[in-house]
Amino acid sequence: MDTQVAFLVLTFVISVTAMIAFVVALIQKQVLVPPEAALAIFSGGEAGEPEPDQTSDMSRKWRELDRSAKNPILFFIVSSIVWLLIGSFLGLLASFKLHQPTLFDAYDYLSFGKVRTLHLNIIAYGWLSFSGLGLCLWLVPRIAKVPLRSGGILTVAGFIWNIGVVLGCTGILLGYSDGLEWLEFWWPIDILLAVAGAMVAIPLFRTVLVSKEKHLYVTLWYVLAAFIWFPVLFVIANTHFLHVGAQQAIVNWWFAHNVLGLWVTPLGLGIVYYLLPKIIGHPIASYQLSLFGFWGLALFYSQVGGHHLVGSPLPTWLINLSIVMSVGMVIPVVTVAINHHVTAYRHFQVLKESVVLRFVVFGAMMYTISSLQGCLHSIRTFNYVTHFTHWTVSHAHLGLYGFTTMVFFGGIYFALPRLLGRDWTRPGLVNAHFWIASIGILIYAVALGIGGALQGMALRDPSGSFQASVEVTMPYLIGRSFGGTLMLISHLILAFNVGSLLWESRRAKEEAL
Amino acid sequence: MKKAYIFVFGGSSTLLLSIFMLVVLPRLQMGVVQNEGVSVQEPYTDEQALGRRIYIEYGCIYCHSQQVRDPVAGADESFGWGRASVPSDYIHDQPHLMGTSRTGPDLSNVGSRQPSAEWHHLHLYDPRMLVDWSIMPRHAFLYEKTQGEQPSESALKVPNSEDEWIIPSQEAEALVAYLLSLKRDQEPPTAGEADEQ
Repeated sequence: MDTQVAFLVLTFVISVTAMIAFVVALIQKQVLVPPEAALAIFSGGEAGEPEPDQTSDMSRKWRELDRSAKNPILFFIVSSIVWLLIGSFLGLLASFKLHQPTLFDAYDYLSFGKVRTLHLNIIAYGWLSFSGLGLCLWLVPRIAKVPLRSGGILTVAGFIWNIGVVLGCTGILLGYSDGLEWLEFWWPIDILLAVAGAMVAIPLFRTVLVSKEKHLYVTLWYVLAAFIWFPVLFVIANTHFLHVGAQQAIVNWWFAHNVLGLWVTPLGLGIVYYLLPKIIGHPIASYQLSLFGFWGLALFYSQVGGHHLVGSPLPTWLINLSIVMSVGMVIPVVTVAINHHVTAYRHFQVLKESVVLRFVVFGAMMYTISSLQGCLHSIRTFNYVTHFTHWTVSHAHLGLYGFTTMVFFGGIYFALPRLLGRDWTRPGLVNAHFWIASIGILIYAVALGIGGALQGMALRDPSGSFQASVEVTMPYLIGRSFGGTLMLISHLILAFNVGSLLWESRRAKEEAL
Repeated sequence: MKKAYIFVFGGSSTLLLSIFMLVVLPRLQMGVVQNEGVSVQEPYTDEQALGRRIYIEYGCIYCHSQQVRDPVAGADESFGWGRASVPSDYIHDQPHLMGTSRTGPDLSNVGSRQPSAEWHHLHLYDPRMLVDWSIMPRHAFLYEKTQGEQPSESALKVPNSEDEWIIPSQEAEALVAYLLSLKRDQEPPTAGEADEQ
């Protein structure tokens, strides 16, 4: 009874508040943004011409903005690439262990449960969050059109973040784990990450506040919102004593899905919204539409977590709410898809010249595919089959690798030469990275997706056995390891590319002295 | 920068809404189960609680769920995994270990399904000794292997061997105690019973 009254009151309050907010937004002309605002990312004379991967034509204005945060950005990105190598090696090891269970199994620290956990946390906090932060530091001054403020604090933040990830992983190896998926880092170590995150947020917000731009470009909406969302999520979900028994499961998945939905995805989308029109040299297809995409994501994505608990003993209203929200995600996904794909389609020939654009367009395509896949399998009929299977792992990799990681690769390949004022030493290897990584993730996702679906059907067959559900996945698990190997190889190429660029730029500086 | 506030304010309100719906409301509703609900579950003993830590440390949760679905959703009941789970099955669980993967079978009722401690020890030591199609990793590092006379009372003889024994460590004993405690097969209390208490 009390709950129902609370619901009614809540619904009423929310509707009225939302209406007032909408009216205020209308009066302030927030709903309709001027189409010329989409041109904000170009400086004089840049619009209309594709921006090549080579840096020589870059205008001085961008160069000055980029240099304002050069050292912290390089520190963040180089650290994140080191974590990527470690994390993807551990992921591959975990993958092999599923079809070669005796591999290295004499060692406590290399047992599947530990290796898999390390892989997830290193990729989530060491690679995705860290490189995402680095790319934000590069984007925000460019969009706010003022040099980064209080940048000195960032080097310290980067050190604390690195120490946090190292300690978190050591904790997992020694058995200090909070025991919740995506939240394994022992909670005192999470405080380090929270402090470091706040230290990155301060310069970003200060830079935005001193900006004189009339309109903030869409990329910045996503970045600002992500920086508000993630800290709150992280702190609430890590305050374990607030949550009890079965209810903990919903907080767990509310957080875990929002790491993707309200943290990594907005950063990835923000980068696509910047790089896609920037490289092509034309504004995105409909700037108006990007607003719907943003608010749709904010409203729907924040509540989808319950679809991980279909079939669990949690209240049905809760699961239904999350399913409705997951299906609602079709709206922001389709609006973003129209914007990205129409823009790319109109200027498809630029893909021939720009390798960076290939990463970005591939990532945008994978965003559409994996999101629509997510909408579909959150519906009960589909979820009954895919739940508890490798399908979920395939889906997670399609989103976090096919989309965000590929877009972040694109961001790194675009930003680094501009920061250092040097082109990639071997452009052919950048292209090789793209092809090996994209073929790798496609093999990974398709193999594991099919394996997972077959596994799910076996788990629903009352006349079958559990044994059948294990045996049917074997060839697909091997296929996944093959895809994963390609992905790891592509990361070694990335490390080589970045390493040789830094080496060359340092040598050039020494020669100049 | 005036317009930044729209995104700060709007973004915070959508997040606030999701906190209310997915964190606060379930906590209010399920806190009732937690505080006043009747559960047939016993609290964990110290040894079982230690075993639970070991279960977390070695990541058992990444392959084994502890939630049984309704027959509409899956063949859980036909596989002998027990009745559909209810929230009161979890009132002693901190953190929850419901899991999201079934690379291995559900363990909600593994204590009833397989009550032999010896089976569990041998299975943890080398799963393929008992189940030839298993892909579970060995946890032999939790055991000490010897040859000859039976070294101690807790030592177990390795099947198909002349004089090979494994001695479970304290961790292994605790883990098996925890696994044996997983029995969620009694009928859950009805609303009437809960009111009486």
